[in-house]
Amino acid sequence: MDTIIIQLLNGLDKGGAYALIALGLTLVFGTLGVVNFAHGALFMLGAFCAVSMHQLLTISKSVKDESIKFFDAFKEQPYLEIWWGDTGTAIIDYSVPISILLAIPLMLAIGIAMERGLIRHFYRRTHAEQILVTFGLAIVLQEIIRHFYGANPIPTPAPATFSGSAPVGSLVGLGENVVYPWWRLIYLGFSLSIIGAVFAFLKYTTFGLVVRAGMADRDMVGLLGINIERRFTIVFGIATIVAGLAGVMYAPILPPDYHMGMDFLVLSFVVVVVGGMGSLEGAVFAGFLLGILQSFAAMNEVKSILPGIDQIIIYLVAVIVLLVKPRGLMGKKGVFED
Amino acid sequence: MTDKKTNNWSRRQVLKAGVASSAAIGAPMFFSRNTWAADFRNNPGNSKNLVLGFNVPQTGAYADEGADELRAFKLAVKHLNGEGDGGMLNTMKPSVLKGNGVLGKKVTFVTGDTQTKSDAARSSAKRMIEKEGALMISGGSSSGVAIAVQSLAQEMGIIFMAGLTHSNDTTGKDKRRYGFRHFFNAKMSGAALGPVLKKEMGTDRNAYHLTADYTWGWTQEESIKETTEALGWKTLKAVKTPVGAGDFSQYITPILNSGADTLILNHYGKDMINSLTQAVQFGLRDKQVNGKQFEIIVPLYSRLMAQGAGKNLQGILGTTNWNWALKDAGSQAFVKSFGQEYGFPPSQAAHTCYVQTLLYANACETAGTFYPPEVIKTLEGFEFDGMGNGPTEYRAEDHQCFKDVLVMRGNMKPTSQFDLLEIVQQVPRKQVEYDAKIFGGELGPYVV
Amino acid sequence: MKNEKILKSNNIPLYMVIFSVVVLTMPLWLEPIGAAYPDLLQKFAIFGIFAVGFNILFGLTGYLSFGHATFLGVGSYTAVWSFKLLTMNVLPAIIFSMVLAGIFALLIGYISLRRSGIYFSILTLAFAQMSYNLAYSVLTPITNGETGLQLSKNDPRVVDGLFVEVGQGIPSTNLFGLEMSGYQGFYFCAVLLIIAFYISLKIFNSPFGLNLRAIKSNQTRMSYTGYNTKPYLLAAFVISGMFAGLAGGLLAVTDPLAGAERMQWTASGEVVLMTILGGVGTLLGPLLGVGIIKYLENIFSSIGVKELGDFFSFVPDSMHAFVVDFSSLFVGEGWHLTLGLLFMIIVIFLPGGIMQGFDKIKNLMSKKDKE
Repeated sequence: MDTIIIQLLNGLDKGGAYALIALGLTLVFGTLGVVNFAHGALFMLGAFCAVSMHQLLTISKSVKDESIKFFDAFKEQPYLEIWWGDTGTAIIDYSVPISILLAIPLMLAIGIAMERGLIRHFYRRTHAEQILVTFGLAIVLQEIIRHFYGANPIPTPAPATFSGSAPVGSLVGLGENVVYPWWRLIYLGFSLSIIGAVFAFLKYTTFGLVVRAGMADRDMVGLLGINIERRFTIVFGIATIVAGLAGVMYAPILPPDYHMGMDFLVLSFVVVVVGGMGSLEGAVFAGFLLGILQSFAAMNEVKSILPGIDQIIIYLVAVIVLLVKPRGLMGKKGVFED
Repeated sequence: MTDKKTNNWSRRQVLKAGVASSAAIGAPMFFSRNTWAADFRNNPGNSKNLVLGFNVPQTGAYADEGADELRAFKLAVKHLNGEGDGGMLNTMKPSVLKGNGVLGKKVTFVTGDTQTKSDAARSSAKRMIEKEGALMISGGSSSGVAIAVQSLAQEMGIIFMAGLTHSNDTTGKDKRRYGFRHFFNAKMSGAALGPVLKKEMGTDRNAYHLTADYTWGWTQEESIKETTEALGWKTLKAVKTPVGAGDFSQYITPILNSGADTLILNHYGKDMINSLTQAVQFGLRDKQVNGKQFEIIVPLYSRLMAQGAGKNLQGILGTTNWNWALKDAGSQAFVKSFGQEYGFPPSQAAHTCYVQTLLYANACETAGTFYPPEVIKTLEGFEFDGMGNGPTEYRAEDHQCFKDVLVMRGNMKPTSQFDLLEIVQQVPRKQVEYDAKIFGGELGPYVV
Repeated sequence: MKNEKILKSNNIPLYMVIFSVVVLTMPLWLEPIGAAYPDLLQKFAIFGIFAVGFNILFGLTGYLSFGHATFLGVGSYTAVWSFKLLTMNVLPAIIFSMVLAGIFALLIGYISLRRSGIYFSILTLAFAQMSYNLAYSVLTPITNGETGLQLSKNDPRVVDGLFVEVGQGIPSTNLFGLEMSGYQGFYFCAVLLIIAFYISLKIFNSPFGLNLRAIKSNQTRMSYTGYNTKPYLLAAFVISGMFAGLAGGLLAVTDPLAGAERMQWTASGEVVLMTILGGVGTLLGPLLGVGIIKYLENIFSSIGVKELGDFFSFVPDSMHAFVVDFSSLFVGEGWHLTLGLLFMIIVIFLPGGIMQGFDKIKNLMSKKDKE
């Protein structure tokens, strides 16, 4: 029983990440009609916001390292610690949450620049061309990051307070063995609130209304004399922020490296398609569904019956869903079928 | 670069076609002892230069390791040509290297990107051999790649001095006459870890393995199991995880309730950084199971991985081939010249690549020829010292080096950003030796 | 996408002769740019076949498969198994490769073609990823996982055993005694590329090809006219799958090793990129794309600072260091950056690929002539 509860929790946690990434992707799909292969790279850029903030806060004075005698080596001591002592240490400790402050404006700027400079010119181009140009962009972004940060993953720890595990079991009266890392619980809560915020924004604001109308029928909205272009820019900016924040908060879970975006790219596309192209609810639902299935497929009991199932479960589900429900779980008719 | 030996090549092809058409396909007993000096692939002949090919991952997950290997290669070439302070040239024994190139030829090199893919690695090795006339190929940062390139080397008659590869198969069932490995392997890691584990964790433990689902992972799991079970440990479960899974949490959660008190991570590189980071987040290291402190073991370590895992690695046991903190003259000489050149100490990948290059050069110099079969015979059974790890032997039966192995622990109190691992024990060579026959495989012919 | 000019049938022989000469003289005219060595030449020819086949599906029908590397992988594994079990002769190997890849294509195509658009792409991608993941792990007894399937001296080689004595080392692949490595391997692949190209040309010009194009421009209308489009699509899918199988088989012929990474989604993506880069639906475009990507991968990745220094020796000393530093970002380990930029530039300015660039130049020239 404990095992199943932990596995379920794990599935929700993974699902939160998948849903968050897929949400931004499908937002761009649905409104702008653009297949954005650089979405994974945006996630990666977000994670590197956390890395950069960490490095920024730990800008250090080089102190000669006396312990190395063969050659001149230097130890780093962060200025923040030199100036403010323990307060400085505490600020450094909280570098990941603090970097959200950096990530929001930065990702928005990147998003707007990307939409204005590149994506806008591809609204009417074929999907194949959109894929190629955004894939090219993804490689370029990736290589730039590699040039500055190297290829090795960079540890970006969560604040020390949240580094351990939460005794979830004892709190709710289940077994002691039901524990779960604090930071992953925070991530789950974080993704749920971001998802909630995006939905609320689309549902309760005039802006959201127009965007939703645009998703349903872009030409019609355009005919009504609404400046859809500017709204598209903002939508793309929002999608970029969502991807970026997903990346920032993921940094303590997965030490960021320049390639992490590509690793998530295929997966997030599968999530979006299983959910139904252009359906925000579908993307979120499919994210959680695939997360939970993936988590359960990894259980030893399941694997002993179906060896290798944990390796293919996501794709298997995708195939079955697409064969049974041609447009994904919540897809609308006529979207992306040409 | 300028001395391409295309003529040699085509003549050789014609000869080989002749052999083949006489239906003795691949049976190469063609060259007589007298003609060899003139005819082998990429014979430098009268050229003033000798070309070596360094095939390292420049893109992908192991790019940083590859970059460090390349630095070591460049340093080795410098030292061979008599530039710089000579590094291990001064400490290597026996050595006939004089710092004037090899056999009077200046050493030059070409490089390739393996992308950590067998196909790409073979392609770039072929380019260096076919186009740029490389006489020896070295490098690699993954066992799959090393094995693939090694078998290519055998087919093409070019010596391959393996870089970082830890699978038992490289000098086990997939060994080749033209392939040599200085790095240690999973079997030796297990043998070295055994006594330390016994001392630190006792004989009554329940182990849970997470194993990267590919060749290297399996051989390591097998070797570690063998060791720990001999100590009296029980193996509760050995779970295979997909390579590059990123998030390993779904494989870690079942451990919580399994009754295991020890987790053995048979992961390397990025996978190991991720799985370890996540295992620590799940509070495994704070756990008490059956009255015992829960322990994590990472059988194969590297400093670059230690950098990626950060604090999570502190106090965790593992093994390495070499570490820059070793105090012998050879290691110190190497660390000194590497540090002066690049400003930081070398990794174990850099060390093994540097040593391999010197060993090859020395073998050519000793044999008095570049003709591969003669060079191979010189390397086989070659005993040397002064290159770190104490007295070392290139075993003739499987081309595996035997030397001391280091058991390491993640440093609890690092004094610098490079001081991430501390040496627990330098396990003597005798303790990690094994019979060459246990893995099977066949070296193949000298002349191809 | 605009309609491509189809060759007039009476021009085909001339066209083929020119094409054959160009392909077969590659070792000569590629020498100045450093690409004339057997391995890269073989890769040009083999991936050429792969891309030509892919173009039959994607170029003609517009169905974008993201899983074609599966067939490449299947072809390679089949060929190596044929070497291991039967004979080192390459003919059976490539025939088996094509047949088995064809069967896989039939199965995967039958299921995937129930959907269109991006759903089709995701289905093929899902199949490819499943094949890759299984080949890497559970199917290791067949595929030898990460290490890749290799020949071994102790393989049975039943047919060879009847005729040839066992030699000392591992035998080489051969065509009735002619070894398939080096330049011979290239010429073998080149001849097959010429044949494959001829077949693709024929398909482009045939009524079958016309039907496929009609599907691309409007499938609904096609089905209204009473055409059942599925068999045509499936046929195109299987043909291109067999081309991929042949390419995979040839990879094993020139270098008897088969690895799972050939089936990864990035490998599928590569052929898509090659085709689009050169020009989708054009006859020669995919081949140009292959040439550029393989050249970047093999030659650009090997250029270091030293070579750059030599290359830019004409630049004045004051600028020299800067020029070399700056350009070193794009070569060696930075070759991926060049690739990414190239994709972007081509797609932004030449959506029809490089072939469109040639068309533009041609149009400019002819305009000038008229003036």
